[in-house]
Amino acid sequence: MNDFVPQIVAFYCSNCASAAADVAEGLKKELPNNIKIINVPCTGRIEILHLLKAFEKGADGVYVAGCQEDSCRYTSGIIKAKKRVEYVKKLLEELEIEPQRIEVFSMSASRGQEFADTGAKMIERIRSLGPSPART
Amino acid sequence: MSEYKSGSNLEKVLKAGHFAFTGECGPPQGANVEKLKEKAQHLKGMVDAVNVTDNQTAVVRMSSWAASLILLQEGLEPNFQMVCRDRNRLAIQSDILGVYSHGIRNMLCLSGDHQKFGNHPQAKNVYDIDSMQLIHAVKTMRDEGVFLNGEKIDVPPRLFIGAACNPFADPFEFRVYRLAKKIDAGADFIQTQCIYNMDKFREFMKRVVDMGLHEKCYILAGVTPMKSIGMARYMAKQVPGMDVPDSLIKRLQGAGKGKVAEEGIKFALEQIEEFKEMEGVAGVHLMAIEWEHRVPEIAERAGMLPRPKL
Amino acid sequence: MIVAEQKPIKEVWEMVKDYEKVLVIGCKGCVTVCNVGGAKEVGVLASLLRIAANKNGKTMEVGEATLERQCDPEYIEEVRDIIGEYDAVVSIACGVGPQFLSERYPQSRIFPGLNTKFMGGAIEHGVWSERCAGCGTCVVHYFGGLCPIARCSKSLLNGPCGGSSGGKCEISKEVDCIWDLIVRKLMEQGRLDELRQFRPPKDWTTARDGGPRTMIREELVK
Repeated sequence: MNDFVPQIVAFYCSNCASAAADVAEGLKKELPNNIKIINVPCTGRIEILHLLKAFEKGADGVYVAGCQEDSCRYTSGIIKAKKRVEYVKKLLEELEIEPQRIEVFSMSASRGQEFADTGAKMIERIRSLGPSPART
Repeated sequence: MSEYKSGSNLEKVLKAGHFAFTGECGPPQGANVEKLKEKAQHLKGMVDAVNVTDNQTAVVRMSSWAASLILLQEGLEPNFQMVCRDRNRLAIQSDILGVYSHGIRNMLCLSGDHQKFGNHPQAKNVYDIDSMQLIHAVKTMRDEGVFLNGEKIDVPPRLFIGAACNPFADPFEFRVYRLAKKIDAGADFIQTQCIYNMDKFREFMKRVVDMGLHEKCYILAGVTPMKSIGMARYMAKQVPGMDVPDSLIKRLQGAGKGKVAEEGIKFALEQIEEFKEMEGVAGVHLMAIEWEHRVPEIAERAGMLPRPKL
Repeated sequence: MIVAEQKPIKEVWEMVKDYEKVLVIGCKGCVTVCNVGGAKEVGVLASLLRIAANKNGKTMEVGEATLERQCDPEYIEEVRDIIGEYDAVVSIACGVGPQFLSERYPQSRIFPGLNTKFMGGAIEHGVWSERCAGCGTCVVHYFGGLCPIARCSKSLLNGPCGGSSGGKCEISKEVDCIWDLIVRKLMEQGRLDELRQFRPPKDWTTARDGGPRTMIREELVK
């Protein structure tokens, strides 16, 4: 399993998580290139289908990084995102795919370290789960 | 024509002005006739009529008409219960003809507990007609000699019509009007839900008397002695429309180990004493759930014996 | 509207897992409004089936289509050219959809992707509630505009029963006792007399009890 390089898709909120990425860049803490980042204006607009498409196309893991619940740029975007991720977890479970393959995190714009840690945490989690059973 | 509507013992007792005393008997969950007969023996001579429940709490049991016939053979007078949950108007009317043909003279008309709580929650319910309409149907069959469709009945069934009333269900303000509606629909007698909250019942009966309903119909107050604290708590929390005051639960708790059942009986006896004096109450309906063998003792201590023979 | 819910994906997968080409057909009517059978949900179900196929090592091509309505032969016609290319079809419309498709395309294997629940509306975003039982003879005006046939667990016309407690139905504390609402509304309006009237047994011939129903309006028939 050591040579398994998980393919991960990460949806980043432009207001907080992407800003955290900029801070991280300054700290020279970049994410490994097996995490594909998709910047979105608000995580509240990430549809169930977007999350599923990542798995359909072969992602081993997916995560959403958005604002803190009490400081979401668009008030409730991150809350919606959390509910949708929760729903996708249920769908994955029904398909007998580990629900831990998808996660949602809240971030602060200023925390570059948190940004880097989240990516590392997700890579570690997916590495221990192994390749997605839905990977072709 | 007889001076009576049905000529049942219960009707005669009530009409003669006696304080009526009715009991209850749940049919077995099986064809255990012996068990049913044993229950019946405890009640024989102790009550004026015995309610035979109809798949109560939506749990399948021997049919109420069949168990009623067994009671009849055992020398008791059944009060045949019928719920609207399990029958459409065809089955309802044919069962009414059937029980009457076999000598049953009292019938209690109920909507029935929803099947969701029973042991066949997957069932489809019927509710073609409701309890109010059932009361009206039995009356129309008896007094006008016609079926629900208006067609003439060849020898109409003459039943003494009972209905239930729960003064403790909501909205309280409407309950007395609903009772009036049942009486207008044709109820000859009423058996209430188990009473524990005496204050509320007194208030209810005051409204009944103010409206003169007690003069149009015989009202029997429902009594169920508490056997245990667990039963009291269950009744308080799990049975919809049941009002068990905390004071009663505290009283039972205060009775001490091994004495709770006796305390429950004492409370029931106190209730019965009060009902005897309460304006508008024509009798007591004792629902000693799975406690039929204690009925003779309760009847004795309540001063209900001997029962009038008419 | 007609309110429906997605069948468990596992159940849908079991229906179609042995087919190589599957077409998911949505409906832009009621089921789009209740977020369960529109173009979006067609995409989601199609994606889930592809994921399931990948996971189970099956080759499955999943097509997507969403019709204006599945309860109208005119729109059912729209898939005539493509439906033959698929081995199986999953209709995510109310129960009418899979039947209209089955009737129109007798050669196709049509599966229902939804469970049709009831006629009702959204009482808030994401929460739907039953309002109509389709009994064929509306009587809500007798009951303060609230239907006891659809909304009383026992369909009582002379309620409330003895199980009404604190405004809730005996079957669940989650279910409002509609009779409680009816009584309170009419009492507040001083219309108690209406409630004291005996409501006779309902004539169910206009409901499903009268047999499967067809409605003909001569002035519209061509």
